[in-house]
Amino acid sequence: MIEAQGLVKRYSTRTAIEDISFRVERGEILGFLGPNGAGKTTTMRILTGYMPPSAGSASIAGHDVVYDALAARQNLGYLPENVPLYPEMSVVGYLDYMARLRRVSQRREAVARAMEQVHITDRADDRIGKLSKGYRQRVGLAQALLHSPPVLILDEPTVGLDPRQIIEVRELIRSLGGERTIILSTHILPEVSQLCQRIVILNQGRIAAVDTPQALTARLQGSQRIYLEVAQPTPETAVALAEIPGVEQVQAQGQGVFDIQHERDCDLRQSIAALVVERGWGLLELRAVRMSMEEIFMQLTTQEDTTTVIEPDGEIPTAEEELVTTS
Amino acid sequence: MHTALTIARRELAAYFVSPIAYVVTAAFLVISGYLFSIILITSRQASLEGLFFNITVVLLFIAPFMTMRLLAEEQRSGTIEVLLTAPVRDWEVVLGKFLAALGLFAVMLLFTLTYSLMLWRLGGNPDWGRVVSGYLGLCLLASATLAIGTLASALTDNQITAAVIAFAILLLLWLIGAAGNVATGAASVLQALSISDRYDDFARGAVNLADVVYYLSLTAGALFLATRVIETRRYR
Repeated sequence: MIEAQGLVKRYSTRTAIEDISFRVERGEILGFLGPNGAGKTTTMRILTGYMPPSAGSASIAGHDVVYDALAARQNLGYLPENVPLYPEMSVVGYLDYMARLRRVSQRREAVARAMEQVHITDRADDRIGKLSKGYRQRVGLAQALLHSPPVLILDEPTVGLDPRQIIEVRELIRSLGGERTIILSTHILPEVSQLCQRIVILNQGRIAAVDTPQALTARLQGSQRIYLEVAQPTPETAVALAEIPGVEQVQAQGQGVFDIQHERDCDLRQSIAALVVERGWGLLELRAVRMSMEEIFMQLTTQEDTTTVIEPDGEIPTAEEELVTTS
Repeated sequence: MHTALTIARRELAAYFVSPIAYVVTAAFLVISGYLFSIILITSRQASLEGLFFNITVVLLFIAPFMTMRLLAEEQRSGTIEVLLTAPVRDWEVVLGKFLAALGLFAVMLLFTLTYSLMLWRLGGNPDWGRVVSGYLGLCLLASATLAIGTLASALTDNQITAAVIAFAILLLLWLIGAAGNVATGAASVLQALSISDRYDDFARGAVNLADVVYYLSLTAGALFLATRVIETRRYR
């Protein structure tokens, strides 16, 4: 549905993106992830035909975005970053205008349906300039949905919204997936893992990784880690833990906290629990540590050494943990 | 073309929700109304010739304000991104914006028809041929000046800058003929380029093909350049 091949965008002084290639299949939701300046918006602007690439090509629903631009644009809805709108127009006036530009047949119905989809029917006659950020975002989304395009490109669709609005917009995007092909960019990491079937991580204008959220998590966990906290550690605790078959490394982090690395595909929590109870060290906490999207992201986009596992640094990772027990 | 008209319609509506259209129209009517009555009282002739000349000068001053917003504001606010990613051609955007400005000027001119009406009702018998050619000339002159304003607005995302650029270009084209007084050798060439000298014959009731072609090509040239500017913006 969407295809990008070797996209390059050079400005006079710098290269914004370099050799970006990917495919998005019909009905798929693809997430663009990357720090600011990584090239997310540039890539989207090329896909939407706002700017041509310096090299490479892209197509939307089989139409080249440069050589068959009008057909490509007819097939896509675009929500630009910061949602630029005309403040002096009414919601319904603006949507009617965009529907005219897109040559939507049965404009009135299309505008009503789009407003219904994003729940702004009650604000139809309000001036856009007087709307809150959340409502403006919805107007932008309605504009992108007007002509029921098969492809949606959303640049940071949830930025600047309050938590309830974020959930609403995510629900909307999820409900649109399946029939529509969607690319969205965000810097909120749990958002991509919740919404997207595949993630493209961009860093400094290049693709750092493309995969499913699950595969990315798995791929980056060369070895598994377990967090253990006991009440009465003894000097031989670390040694005894290291002797459990499958354990690769034990790090004592003070105050009875141990960071245990073990081989993949084996769950050592039971044997560790048994050992701790047997020796009477007083089990306080035991859980598998999964790397959060944040950590994966940091790993892929931090340049120094992309192979080192990030240390918890005394701070407990927050996402996707499994609590096993407390004593 | 359909798309250009859609854009023109929105832009025209935008003129009338902001104070700009009212302020410009009011200023235009106050000045032209004052000039009309002064000229009528002093000359006691049922003629609009003097008024037409003065309107061209007023146009020089108000055209930059009518066009400064057109493309500059879209570029500043980013709405151009939505516009250019809709199935719209660049020239349709430029033409639509230009037509809106021309439409606003047409509304302003419509009010001045009352002057001819007054001449007639007061028992005068104006030379209708001259009135018609004068209005035709005004429309052509306005289309050239507003097209230049549209071009200036495409060049920047700042409305003030756009107005200054438009005014500078217009003033140069206005005064270029005056240089003929000094550079006598090139006088005819310089006068041929002048946007104001070209109007003389229209006011006197003569419609020359050369003058019509001059204004129309100036309009087309400025709009063509504006389209290219928008195109190259995509590359920046």
